[in-house]
Amino acid sequence: MRQFLRVAWVVMRKDLTVEMRTREIVYTTVFFAASCVLVFAFALVKEGKPMEDAAAAILWISIAFAGTLALGRTFERERHTETLRALMLAPADRPAVYVGKLLGILALLAIVEAVLVPMIGLLFQAPLFARPGWLVLLLGAGTVGFASVGTLFAAMLVRARSRDVLLPVLLYPITIPVIIAGVRGTAAIVQSVPDEPVARFWAALLVFFDVVFVTLSLWTFEPLMTE
Amino acid sequence: MSRLFLPLTLVAAVLFAAAPIVVARAPFEETMGLVQKVFYYHVPSAMLMFVSALICGIASATYLFRRSAAADRLAAAAGELVALFGLIVMMTGPLWARKAWGAWWVWDARLTSSLLLWMIFLAYLLVRRYGGPGSEKLAAGMAIFGMANVPFVYVSVNYWRTLHPKTSVVMTLGPGMRGAFWFCVAAFLTFYALLLTVRKRLEDQRARIEHLYLSLDEQEPAGLPRH
Repeated sequence: MRQFLRVAWVVMRKDLTVEMRTREIVYTTVFFAASCVLVFAFALVKEGKPMEDAAAAILWISIAFAGTLALGRTFERERHTETLRALMLAPADRPAVYVGKLLGILALLAIVEAVLVPMIGLLFQAPLFARPGWLVLLLGAGTVGFASVGTLFAAMLVRARSRDVLLPVLLYPITIPVIIAGVRGTAAIVQSVPDEPVARFWAALLVFFDVVFVTLSLWTFEPLMTE
Repeated sequence: MSRLFLPLTLVAAVLFAAAPIVVARAPFEETMGLVQKVFYYHVPSAMLMFVSALICGIASATYLFRRSAAADRLAAAAGELVALFGLIVMMTGPLWARKAWGAWWVWDARLTSSLLLWMIFLAYLLVRRYGGPGSEKLAAGMAIFGMANVPFVYVSVNYWRTLHPKTSVVMTLGPGMRGAFWFCVAAFLTFYALLLTVRKRLEDQRARIEHLYLSLDEQEPAGLPRH
């Protein structure tokens, strides 16, 4: 177990070190997420007033889009330098490598979300910070659910043709339940009269998805990545 | 396989020829009247969509963990049939919903999750077709996640408050309708078995031809023109 965590930690640190040298993925993904918000702002704000629940929807759609971009870029980098094969050859547990990659993606998405949340709160007059505990719980659980499937599929797609198109094609049908739960849960806490039982229901569902997705990913990562 | 073909075709043809008569003779449902008869096609197709998704998922897991190429071919056949029977479900459902709910489509849990299940398997077919070499594994991973969705879709009507009738409706059918319903289930099941065996056989033959070509290539001395 300690070995497992150590490998995961080393893989994550490796990814973040590579990223910190250029900061390519962080900057482009954050910028892309912000542009997404602006596109939606023009579509969903009418006469100065945003549509009901628009803030929650835009937050999650931007996370999903930016997450897809970050996943694609992270593994494109590994493919370009042929380092994924080296990683697979390393005498380490495959599931540990998976967890390390997942943690790296989660760290990236946490940065993106830290920019997105205040921006959306500001542009849509949404009280996103009224219940910080709930928001962190929903965002955390939702991001884990999205990124766990995303990391698995992005890793598998490294060898496939037309991987740029196939990543969202594979990822969205499976993760839409996560996005739905995230949107509904967030909408419940930012509406004018917050509804905590509803938020609790969706948060519980998100945790349930996390458990299912992470278990399935850990179980299938090894055979899926064997050539 | 080929020995099953003729009896299955005959039985399926007879059952399907008789089905309209059986359905027409079944008593009218009190509140819905004629539209209720869509039920005889909708529910058996939905059942087979689930069965097919389970077969595809289990076969994919067998392929991944046991490296059985035959299981992968079965998964390919079952995956296509999920798409086919899903199409029937998605077309017959709205026909009934328009009359019963006044709308072709509503976004309730059952409908949304069935649509997602169907989309997961459409994505499965897309990957198989366009993923390039090695895409079988990718697709197998997708099918396992799709299979995990099945129990979720099945219970969604009973746990969430949705508009869609509950699964218990099947067990509480009136005596006249019960016979007609199970007749239709038998008809669809034979039809499904027929399609599955034929499709699997096609994949088997394709694999054999591929194998023959490969061994031919190995035998041919260098310098001769190749096929």
